[in-house]
Amino acid sequence: MAKFTTTLLCATALIAVAGCAKKRPETLPPAPVDSSAGVDPTGGLANGGANGAIVPGSDADFRRSVQSNTVNFALDMYDIDPTARAILDSQAEWLARNPNVRITIEGHCDERGTREYNLALGDRRANSAKNYLAARGVSASRMTTISYGSERPVAQGSDDAAWAENRRAVTIVLN
Amino acid sequence: MFRSISGLRVPGSLQSGRHPGEGRGPIGEALVTMRGLSSAAFPNWAPAFAGVESGVRAVLASVGLMALVAGGAASAQDAPAPVPQAGAPAAADDQSGGLVVDVTGGISAPMPIAVPVMPTSAVVSTPAGSTDVLGRQLADIVTNDLRNSGLFTPLAPGQLRAIGFPEVTAPGFDYWGSTGAQALVQGFIRANGDGNLTVGCYLYDVSSRAELTRQGFVVPPSDWRRAGHKCADMVYTRLTGEGAYFDSRVVYVSETGPKNRRIKRLAIMDQDGANHRFLTNGQSIVLTPRFAPNQQSIVYMSYVNNRPAIYVYDIGTGRQRLVVQNASLTFAPRFSPDGRNILFSMAQGGNTDVYRVSSQGGAPQRLTNSPGIDTGGSYSPDGSKIVFESDRSGGQQIYVMNADGSNQQRISFGGGRYATPVWSPRGDLIAFTKLGGGFRIGIMSPSGGGEKLLTNDWQDEGPSWSPNGRVINFFRSGRGGGGKADLWSVDLTGVNERKIPTPLDGSDPAWGPLRP
Repeated sequence: MAKFTTTLLCATALIAVAGCAKKRPETLPPAPVDSSAGVDPTGGLANGGANGAIVPGSDADFRRSVQSNTVNFALDMYDIDPTARAILDSQAEWLARNPNVRITIEGHCDERGTREYNLALGDRRANSAKNYLAARGVSASRMTTISYGSERPVAQGSDDAAWAENRRAVTIVLN
Repeated sequence: MFRSISGLRVPGSLQSGRHPGEGRGPIGEALVTMRGLSSAAFPNWAPAFAGVESGVRAVLASVGLMALVAGGAASAQDAPAPVPQAGAPAAADDQSGGLVVDVTGGISAPMPIAVPVMPTSAVVSTPAGSTDVLGRQLADIVTNDLRNSGLFTPLAPGQLRAIGFPEVTAPGFDYWGSTGAQALVQGFIRANGDGNLTVGCYLYDVSSRAELTRQGFVVPPSDWRRAGHKCADMVYTRLTGEGAYFDSRVVYVSETGPKNRRIKRLAIMDQDGANHRFLTNGQSIVLTPRFAPNQQSIVYMSYVNNRPAIYVYDIGTGRQRLVVQNASLTFAPRFSPDGRNILFSMAQGGNTDVYRVSSQGGAPQRLTNSPGIDTGGSYSPDGSKIVFESDRSGGQQIYVMNADGSNQQRISFGGGRYATPVWSPRGDLIAFTKLGGGFRIGIMSPSGGGEKLLTNDWQDEGPSWSPNGRVINFFRSGRGGGGKADLWSVDLTGVNERKIPTPLDGSDPAWGPLRP
C-alpha cells in the first residue's frame, strides 16, 4: 500500500509541476547535502527512497513539512523567541501527526565563545528547544539532545550574519 | 661542594684523579642512565669555584612583575649556594657569585651564549644517524631551546669554530671571550658500543673561565633528542634558577580544512615540534586532550559514534576506554596531580556541572551544583583546590573551590568575562582566557589579584602551562571561513610571543610534565 501511495504521490507531483509552471511548491525537497552535519551520513538521500520520493515520517518529510528544522538564538542566549516559537509549533504539529518518530535536537554556538563553555551552551539551546516541544505535547522519551558547541558551523564567515546563523538548534528525525 | 652520588659509572678510559668539577684536565665523568625514572638520577654538580665574583652578569630591567611573583608562593633565598632554586626571583640575589639571568622582569638583554657543535670521539654510524651529524644536531637542539626561551641569544652556530674532543673539558676561553659570549656550552657524543649513546654537557662562565656545571646522559638512539633537551635544561636551570621544561611534550588537536568541514586529530610532539605523530584518524571530532601526570595516557573528548564522551587513551598501546558509562554529554576532562582522579563536566537537561571520577572508572562524584554552566576544572599542583569557570553570576567568571567541592569562591573581579582557567604547576598563578572584544590570554594570582594580560590578538584561547610554570601555550584563531587556528606560546611576562610550528593547523594544546 505504501508503495502504491508513493507512486501516486510521485505521479501527482509530476502532473502538478508540469501543469502549473508558475506555481512552485512552498518548500522544495531538500538538497542531498546535509547542512546540519554529523547525524545523517547519507546526507538525507536515505529518506528519499529509490526514486527520490519522500518517505512519510522521514527527516526529508519533516523538513519539507515544517516551517524550519532550525531555530536561532541571540548571542549567549538560549531562550525561545517568538520566531522560534512559531517554528517549534510547526515541528510539534508534525510530530503529533507522526507519533512513532524519534528525534534528536542539536545545539550549536557561534565561534565567539570558549571551547568548553560552548559545548555547555549548545546543550542549553538543545534542551530549550526540547523543553518547548515537550510543553507542546511531544513526549520526552521521543527526544534526545546533543551539543556540538561551535564545532559545526553552517556559515563560515566571522561577521554578525554568519554568527547569527550558527547560533541554532536543529531538529533531526532519526531513522 | 662535590656530592657523591651512588650508582655512577666512570669509564676507565676517562677516569680522572682530579676532583670532578674543577673543569680542567682529563674528564672525570658522572654517567647517569636515563633509563631510570627517578628524578634523583640527575645530579647537579656544584661548581668548585664558590665565591668567585663574575664580572659578567646579565641583570635585566625589572618591571612590575616582581611584585606579582613575590606575592605568590615565596621561595626562601638560600645563602650563596649555587644550586638553582625553582621559582625564586633571582634578580635580587646574586650571591651565587656567577652568571645569573633575571627572569622576573621584561627581558631587555638576553644573555649571549655559545653552543659549538658537539664533537665525537669517533665517528660511528648509529640508528639515529652518524655521531658527527648528531653532534651538530645536538648543538642545534640546545641552541633552539635556549633561544626560544627568550632569555638567551645563542651565537650563530655556523660562525663558531669547531672544537676538538679534548677541548670539551678545556675550553679555549680566549677565543670564546672574543666572540662576545658570556656563557659557553660544550658537549660531546659517543656511541657506547652497546647500542646506546653517551652525551656529555658542560656549562662554562666565559669571563671567569670556570666550569659551572656538567651532566652526562646515556640514551638509546631513539631518545637521542632528549639528551639535547636535558642539556639545554641543565644550562637553563643553572643560569636562570628556574625549573626545567625543555624535555617535555605537547599533546594537541591537529586541524585542517574550512571551519564548517574541519578535520580534527589528536597529535603529540616534543615541545620543540619534533617527533610529531597523529594519534587519531580524524573521522570523529576530538577536543581538549590532556596528559596524565605519569604521561602514559591522555584524557580527551571525542564524538565517536555521535556520542560526545571522554576517553582515556593509552599512548603505548593506542587503546582507549570510556571514562564515564551511561552518561549524557561529558567533556572538559583533566587529571588530578596524583593521577588518581579525572575532573570533567557533564551536561544534563541543559545544566552543566563539574564532577570527579576515579581514573579507573566508576561512579562520578558531583562537585558543583549551580544552575549556571560550571565547567573547565583544573587542580592546584598540591591537589587541594580546583579552579573552574562558572556563569552563575550572569557571565563566565573564575571560581576556586576545595577539591571536595566545598567553599566555592569567585576570584575574578576585573571587569569582563573570564574562562578556561588553568593552575600553574608552580602553584603561584592561574592562567585564563579573558573575553570582551577579543579573547586574550592572561594570568592572575590564585586569589584573583595581579591580573595581567599577555596577548592582544583577535581570538587567543585555551592556555596551558609549561612544566616550570614560566611559559604558556595557547591557540590563536583567525577570522573567516579559512580562518585557521595555530599554536602559540608566550612567556609569563608577556614577551617572546612565538608561533609553534606544526604540520597542519592546531588548537587545544596541553603541555605535558617534564620527562624524568
